[in-house]
Amino acid sequence: MDNTPAEHHVPKTPSLYETHKKVYPQKIAGRFRNLKWKISGAIMAFYFLAPWIRWDRGEGQPDQAILASMNLGRLYFFNIEIWPQEIYYLTGILVLASVGLFLATAMAGRVWCGFTCWQTVWTDLFVWVEENIEGDRNKRMRLDKAPWTFNKIWRKSLKQLIWIAFSLVTGAGFLFFFNDAFETTINLLTGVGTYAEYGFTALFASTTYLLAGFAREQVCIYMCPWPRFQGAMFDEHSLIVTYEAWRGEPRSKAKKNNPNAPVLGDCVDCNLCVSVCPTGIDIREGDQFQCIGCALCVDACNSIMTKLGRPGELITYDSIANQVARSNGKSAKKRVIRKRTIAYASLLFAVIGLMAYGLISRTELEINVQRDRSPMFVQLSNGDIRNGYTFKILNMINVPQTFTLSVEDLEGAQMTVIGLAKDLVDTVTLDVDGDSVTTFRIFVRTTKDALDEQFEDMHFVLINTATGERIDYDSRFAGPVR
Amino acid sequence: MANIERDEVSGTDTTGHEWDGIKELNTPMPRWWLWTFYVTIAWAIGYMILYPSWPTLNTYWKGTLGYSSRVELNTALQDRDKARAPWTKKFAALPITEIAKDRQLLEYAMAGGKVIFADNCAPCHGSQGSGAPTYPVLADDDWLWGGNLEEIETTVRYGIRSNHDEARDSEMPAFGDDYLSVSQISDVSEYVMSFTNTSKDADAAKRGSEVFVEECVACHGETGQGGRDFGAPKLSDNVWFYGSTREDIIKQVSKPRHGVMPAWQARLDDVSIKQVSIYVHSLGGGE
Repeated sequence: MDNTPAEHHVPKTPSLYETHKKVYPQKIAGRFRNLKWKISGAIMAFYFLAPWIRWDRGEGQPDQAILASMNLGRLYFFNIEIWPQEIYYLTGILVLASVGLFLATAMAGRVWCGFTCWQTVWTDLFVWVEENIEGDRNKRMRLDKAPWTFNKIWRKSLKQLIWIAFSLVTGAGFLFFFNDAFETTINLLTGVGTYAEYGFTALFASTTYLLAGFAREQVCIYMCPWPRFQGAMFDEHSLIVTYEAWRGEPRSKAKKNNPNAPVLGDCVDCNLCVSVCPTGIDIREGDQFQCIGCALCVDACNSIMTKLGRPGELITYDSIANQVARSNGKSAKKRVIRKRTIAYASLLFAVIGLMAYGLISRTELEINVQRDRSPMFVQLSNGDIRNGYTFKILNMINVPQTFTLSVEDLEGAQMTVIGLAKDLVDTVTLDVDGDSVTTFRIFVRTTKDALDEQFEDMHFVLINTATGERIDYDSRFAGPVR
Repeated sequence: MANIERDEVSGTDTTGHEWDGIKELNTPMPRWWLWTFYVTIAWAIGYMILYPSWPTLNTYWKGTLGYSSRVELNTALQDRDKARAPWTKKFAALPITEIAKDRQLLEYAMAGGKVIFADNCAPCHGSQGSGAPTYPVLADDDWLWGGNLEEIETTVRYGIRSNHDEARDSEMPAFGDDYLSVSQISDVSEYVMSFTNTSKDADAAKRGSEVFVEECVACHGETGQGGRDFGAPKLSDNVWFYGSTREDIIKQVSKPRHGVMPAWQARLDDVSIKQVSIYVHSLGGGE
């Protein structure tokens, strides 16, 4: 923002488009920078290493610990195996992620953006490469303005090469969560990969290259929707990166130990907080939607304050309420427990509880029975009534199982099963393959007199012959209108 | 652009546009956004050159890549036929009874037969053979012309009263056309009802039994057990094609209705006929 007083400002013919001003973040060391590297390291370690962890699931089963296999239609996470119809677990994780984000934002502002967002983590990595090859902020600015000498050419080319290499590794790394890591690596390297494998690697590599190499803060400012509505999760007690204006102002470059100078604040207007900012803003103008809460300006300001022998934390994590209290000379107090945080936290724990309950009570066997709707029932020549059922047994463990099936609560019920029992039987033995869905066509019949109502409640009973475990499935039996 | 001024609160210039006193702040879009838009335009132009796009006076621009969705469809159909070839070969070579014994072939027949049935048969016979008034239920255990695989295949292939040389054919005489008297027809209907114990007039039934022996036994059998050689329905069971009441039976004896089913040989290929026959056999009544 322009700070020239209004009367000197001459408005120009407006341009509707803004030319991109490249941000050259300056290197800074400090508490938050260290924390950021640790978090980035952990995230990248997970991203690049997790697919290589092996987990034995038996013969013919993928042995990758974390794998979302599109081909097999399974989501593997160590000993958990999620089937497509259990996709609500994924929904649950997404709900958890968003509520977690709301809670984190209500407590500590945009910590997600500043520390853990992929855009931030990968941009940090790309900037690190840039500053190691081209030098720090000032050198980089000079190099960009300099003519194309050999020095500039080799530095720029090397940087691009390393960026592209990182991007390709990142792009391929994404595939490993969906396809076997070893197999895919060999496919990609030996040139026998599918179009899909090369295509997706190229897609994710090019987006990484473009977004972390060039777009950077433009992603946060113009593309990401989160900064635009995060304000709704904030209140005056949320921690944000803030400049303690009451202490810093009036800022001045004037020598502070001059006894004749007016009373000045602690800010020496060194502009280091602006130079280190990855989105190129001035935090002293207050909270702005461009601020991703990365706290690098806190490190910057503290380094200057230490040099000058002044108290640190002129730029710090603080809440608006605390700042107002401090500027009025009152003592600040943290208010972590508020209506908002209680609401988000209870929602978070409720969802975690539900998910945990779901996972614990999850069965490894599921039955789906579909009663034929057309025809609703069939009148047989001897007067009996017959209903057809499509019986699906989902065996989610990798061991074949055998069950006996019978019908209860339906007087005189007898069955035929296509391909298994041609003649009428009371019980039938069903063999089910491991890790698969087996479908049976079952016809149940009884005499007309056995039916009291148009729809009789009945149930199928499935007994595991090995374990004796019994599973009931409630269904209905239809007859003629009464 | 007149009246560009600086907004006091935000320190931003206005665009000079004003609507009823409301002024617009100039918060410019990033220029790369504009460039992205130009790239999409360039992409669209490239697309129009490479792919079929503009109509011309009597044809259309076919695109330099020579792409056509019709060609793509044909390729897809050829691919499909190629993938099916090993199956269709077996289907063509084996008799239907052998096909049904092979688990894999059976599954293939069921999957294909389901679709063929829905496309061709369901309009009359109902989905999954649930039947409709005057169109037989295919899911029950009562068959006019036989319900084993071969018999079903013959019916599908040549039809019923379809004018095909091999078609199943028969005709029940119209006994109401000066052939039997009204009271004779009434009596014989009463007798037919006695097979299923629904007759209420024992005398009439007894009189009717004489008529039945004279006129009906040849096709429907002595005990009304029916005759599949003539497609003569079983009269002693609970499945009634044209209705089970006295009036229904009198009507059918007086002026019988005869169902017609087309011969599918000319419409479906050999493999499809076998598939759909196996599917019909599986609906619940197959013998």
